Amino acid sequence: MILQTLAFYLFAAVLLASAVMVISARNPVHSVLFLILSFFNAAALFVLIGAEFLAMILVVVYVGAVAVLFLFVVMMLDINLTELRQGFLQYLPIGALVGLVLLLELLVVAGGWSFGPELSAAVQSPIPAIAERSNTAALGDVLYTRYAFLFQGAGIILLIAMIGAIVLTLRHRDIRRQRIGDQIARRPEDAIEIRKVRSGEGV
Amino acid sequence: MHELLVSDLFAILPEIWFAVAGMALLMVGVFTRGDNTRLVLWLAIGVFVVCGLLMRLLGEHGAPFAGLVVNDSFGDFMKTLVLVGAGLALVMSLGFIRREGMERFEYPVLIVFATLGMFVMVSANDLLSLYVGLEMQSLALYVCAAFQRDNLRSSEAGLKYFVLGAVASGMLLYGCSMVYGFSGATSFDTLASVLGDGRDVGVGVSVGLAFIAAGLAFKVSAVPFHMWTPDVYEGAPTPVTAFFSIAPKVAAMALLIRVMMGPFAGLFEQWQQIVFLLAVASMVLGAVGAIGQINIKRLMAYSSIGHVGFALVGLAAGTAEGINGVAIYLAIYLVMGLGAWGCILTMRRQGAMVEEIAGLAGLSRTNPPLALCFAIFMFSMAGIPPLAGFFGKFYVFMAAVNAGLYTLAVVGVLASAVGAFYYIRIVKIMYFDEPADGFDTPLGRELWPVIALAAAVTLLFFIYTGPLLDSAQAASLALAPGGLDGARAVLVP
Repeated sequence: MILQTLAFYLFAAVLLASAVMVISARNPVHSVLFLILSFFNAAALFVLIGAEFLAMILVVVYVGAVAVLFLFVVMMLDINLTELRQGFLQYLPIGALVGLVLLLELLVVAGGWSFGPELSAAVQSPIPAIAERSNTAALGDVLYTRYAFLFQGAGIILLIAMIGAIVLTLRHRDIRRQRIGDQIARRPEDAIEIRKVRSGEGV
Repeated sequence: MHELLVSDLFAILPEIWFAVAGMALLMVGVFTRGDNTRLVLWLAIGVFVVCGLLMRLLGEHGAPFAGLVVNDSFGDFMKTLVLVGAGLALVMSLGFIRREGMERFEYPVLIVFATLGMFVMVSANDLLSLYVGLEMQSLALYVCAAFQRDNLRSSEAGLKYFVLGAVASGMLLYGCSMVYGFSGATSFDTLASVLGDGRDVGVGVSVGLAFIAAGLAFKVSAVPFHMWTPDVYEGAPTPVTAFFSIAPKVAAMALLIRVMMGPFAGLFEQWQQIVFLLAVASMVLGAVGAIGQINIKRLMAYSSIGHVGFALVGLAAGTAEGINGVAIYLAIYLVMGLGAWGCILTMRRQGAMVEEIAGLAGLSRTNPPLALCFAIFMFSMAGIPPLAGFFGKFYVFMAAVNAGLYTLAVVGVLASAVGAFYYIRIVKIMYFDEPADGFDTPLGRELWPVIALAAAVTLLFFIYTGPLLDSAQAASLALAPGGLDGARAVLVP
């Protein structure tokens, strides 16, 4: 038990520290690398509470795909950091105020933390004991049956996003393609002209 | 273990039809060559018609997928409005997309998917389906707003809508997570039973409720979450704006009503204050903000903010009578909105769209029928009896008075008096100002039937009100089973 608690504090501390580094690192590439570190630590936290499927998904999707994509974007785009940071001080007071209000609200909420009396009865899909059924299997039980509607709906959202990206960016430019017919039909007379050039004079 | 039942699939046949037809249209668009936009657009209109038939044939009520979605009279009513609004908006865009270089087949496909999202929103019975429906609709709308991608204002509208919409979605999700965390349920039915009469729910649920209300208020563009509306309405291509101001408004309003009257019915006293403030602020700002506008699209944006305020009056009452009022109001707003936007779409001079209100000067002499129709819509929006708009306002104000919300009714009447000023100013410009050059003729074959039909319904609504009132009543009783004269706790102003 003590080991688990220690592990929790270790991962949580590294997670918070790397999250702070994400927004404070000067080099955007370092930011992305810290982001990956924080994803890994969050995944470790998930493992600690027995949600191994979420942990693996976090690593596969966020680290494997999203973070690498970020890395590409950061390296491809020439981001001028000084320009990005220009408004920082200007917006700091209002940003800090909003953050403070949110923090106070969260404290109020956390202070009044209480579950409704019928809560345990209300939970719709009780999680089976981990020894009985791994939570990957438990998710699979409901994802394609009870939540099939939402699963397909999420698929359609992705389709719409794809259509949108294509509509807004695809342009059919004049691409130079090889036309073999034209190449074969071309004769020397069409392409070259023979002239006598006398010495000492131009064409 | 839950089973996936065939009967569940049958119950959501309209949604499945939209999804499959949308993908089929995409295929048609990709694999036919040449100028296929009109083909896809007409097919999309056919998809809407078939969906209407499907809904009539399979009017069964129930809660398929273990209560993720619910089919009831309220859903039927709102879905019909969404279907009519979206379908006719598509018809009205026929001429515009040909002339203004929007000829790409993805436009009707996106409208079909947006309508699918709205259907999911209207019948959502779970926080998850609420969010999936909302995102499905919003994503398609963001793309539609930026559809004229070479036009700076259109791109700006799309970007602004996207960024602010993402913020609103974030707020909504934060609220949902709060509610889930403190009640342990996402299903509306379970939430309603867990929250009970709202006496011993934690402060977390209240915070979550406030965030959900804020997120949904953004989607219906109620003040103070309206900032995006004028800019997006002005920048988006005109048929897209017409679409925005009708179908998504109805769907988001239906969703707001369902969330408030369903899972949070027990927290009535808490959300009534929020809705009360939203309604007052929207009515006042909608009336005052529109006065100084010179662009007709911006004016209509403020007008739609005001109309949302009036509709929210009915929700603030929280009674079956109030919901009945909102349903009638939305149906009438749909008709007036379609007609008014049809008229705006005819405003074309030398091939370019006219968006200044001054461009309407002397329309009564250059095109008397169009001026007459436009005047009918404006008078109706101002709420002059015996036009349809009057009845919409009448029912929501009656509900507010019967629920004891006298302040709200008084503010509403005052705001509609102020609002009448700018509606009637348009009539004055059309009838009494020196004529500007006439608009391009012909006005567009596809616009006339819509304008004429909307004008006839607006003008003659008071003669034959039966079917609308009956179905609105059935819709309201599905949500608030207390009966039309069931009273509720009263907010002391």
